[in-house]
Amino acid sequence: MLDKAISGSRTYWAWLGFLGLISAAGFVAYLFQFNYGLGLTGMSRDVTWGFYIAQFTFLVGVAASAVMLVIPYYLHDYKKFGKVVILGEFLAVSAVSMCILFIFVDLGQPMRVMNVVLHPTPNSVMFWDMIVLSGYLALNIVIGWHTLHAEKKGVAPSPWVKPLIYLSIPWAVSIHTVTAFLYAGIPGRHLWLTAIMAARFLASAFAAGPALLIILCLIVRNVSKFDPGKEPIQTLGKIVTYAMTANVFFFLLEVFTAFYSGIPGHQHSLEYLFFGLDGYSRLVPWMWTAAALAIVSLVLLIMPGLKKNEDILAIACGTVFVSTWIDKGMGLVVGGFIPNPMERVTEYTPTFPEVLITIGIWAIGFLILTVLYKVAISVREELAGN
Amino acid sequence: MSMQRRDFLKLLGLSTLVGGTGGGAVFNVLKPGELEASTAKFKSTSGRTWAMVVDVRKFTPDQYGKCIKACHREHNVPDFGNPKDEIKWTWTDDFEHTFPGQGHEFMDEALESLPFLLMCNHCEKPACVRVCPTQATFKRASDGIVVMDPHRCIGCRFCMAACPFGARSFNWRDPRKGGFPMVGDKPVIPNPEYPTRTKGVVEKCTFCPERLVLGKEPACVEATEGSGALVFGNLEDPHSEVREVLGTHYTIQRKPELGTNPRVFYVIGG
Repeated sequence: MLDKAISGSRTYWAWLGFLGLISAAGFVAYLFQFNYGLGLTGMSRDVTWGFYIAQFTFLVGVAASAVMLVIPYYLHDYKKFGKVVILGEFLAVSAVSMCILFIFVDLGQPMRVMNVVLHPTPNSVMFWDMIVLSGYLALNIVIGWHTLHAEKKGVAPSPWVKPLIYLSIPWAVSIHTVTAFLYAGIPGRHLWLTAIMAARFLASAFAAGPALLIILCLIVRNVSKFDPGKEPIQTLGKIVTYAMTANVFFFLLEVFTAFYSGIPGHQHSLEYLFFGLDGYSRLVPWMWTAAALAIVSLVLLIMPGLKKNEDILAIACGTVFVSTWIDKGMGLVVGGFIPNPMERVTEYTPTFPEVLITIGIWAIGFLILTVLYKVAISVREELAGN
Repeated sequence: MSMQRRDFLKLLGLSTLVGGTGGGAVFNVLKPGELEASTAKFKSTSGRTWAMVVDVRKFTPDQYGKCIKACHREHNVPDFGNPKDEIKWTWTDDFEHTFPGQGHEFMDEALESLPFLLMCNHCEKPACVRVCPTQATFKRASDGIVVMDPHRCIGCRFCMAACPFGARSFNWRDPRKGGFPMVGDKPVIPNPEYPTRTKGVVEKCTFCPERLVLGKEPACVEATEGSGALVFGNLEDPHSEVREVLGTHYTIQRKPELGTNPRVFYVIGG
């Protein structure tokens, strides 16, 4: 089937070339970082994780969201998702690939990354994160590829795939739970030390992932002969609505506990993010943008009938995506480091090479996504043509 | 009738096997010794657990600088001259930032502005060790010191996020390029006996195992010698000087509520 990826229109190749150029630029920037060290980024002793880990955290959610298609299709026999479930699985493959790359570029000694395997340490959440992420990547490649191949041949998928599909459901939940545990299990960082973290992660994931998938479905319909169909997109819209509502609700729970309890430590990070702390307020405009976009998205999604219009749905999904990207990326990761354990404020801004490397990895992700989608769409077009 | 806690838990575990609640206790039945292992206090294999008492009453203003200088010189801690790349093993801060949340507005102003010497707490239950994915940082079984293996560290900085005391620093760049004074194109390494680190690894205060093994005290303690401002010794020996000070003075730890049990104690006053 891979041959489908190397025969395409001029636009297809131009798009791949464009993504290739951007990832090459990111790679060159990475060589500079590899040579100089992570000092090339905006990170410091006080803010030790930044833009890379923010993308990583957000994208684990996007990857996990494939389960929002798998559950209705395979567990509830919701046939309408039959056409889009492969798009969800391939999106997961692309998202996990980006996650792994973002971890890699964040390492101070990337050549030693295999130490995690050579010295397995079950008490470290990062060890488990490595296991669940690589397992999830493998599951989605195998499941996605095999089911598509069976579809191409016009036969039912082999019986051994079913258990893997069922396994992928709790596995998807696990990747985001374990990622939340990276934060929620460490003492002394008030913004992160909260039992609702994993639930909040899952809610924002199931909002952002399907939102991106809706946008991708609309793009696919425009650039190919394959139409995912109106109804699956509307059903995804409902999923986004519920998940985004839960996400905003969970966030407000955090606000309530912090401010009603009046415990200063619990308030500091939120104060920094939304109002500024000790005169430092670099993230304030970003957080209010995220808040405003969240409100807009909820209005568009909840107001009866509005999201039936696919243009409005697309806008709503865009606002969900950007809002959760800011909130869960920079807001959560950087916000957790401010103030520092001595209650002093050191701010953080990504540097130009850091942003370039980040965009480069996103380009690689979209490259993987484009190639996989191209294969899936070509198979579908071929089947429709016969 | 006396019932040992362990027996009680066993019984509880058995009953839950039948009843189906409290799964955690089942674990104790299935794995004998697990309970002891999880609740036991750290016990060194050598009978020595090192600890430090910082007696701020005895510090003279010039001693803080001496301690920091001695430490950083001993361990070739680089100085890049900017806060973004900063690496520090020992440093000072005021009461408000050393013991966040423990001060109040009517506090003794002298105490409020007093510097406190800060370093790695060599916690009994270190969060940094718990999170490290490669065991590059670990608690030495022999004496409880939390050490770093810079050759194994992958530079993920999970330990820096986990440490509630800001004790850890990262080599954002090569310390040999800009971290030390240069003569020609060669950096002048303050202590040729001690290694420098590479870029991309974490480092921190180690309680000077390289000196302890020679029977010497840590470099910072030596820098305050004779004043009693820093007392270093064996926590497991009830007659050691640290235990003596801890037993006769009101001492506090940084963030005791987090349960890491710092092994650095502070005498504030009285």
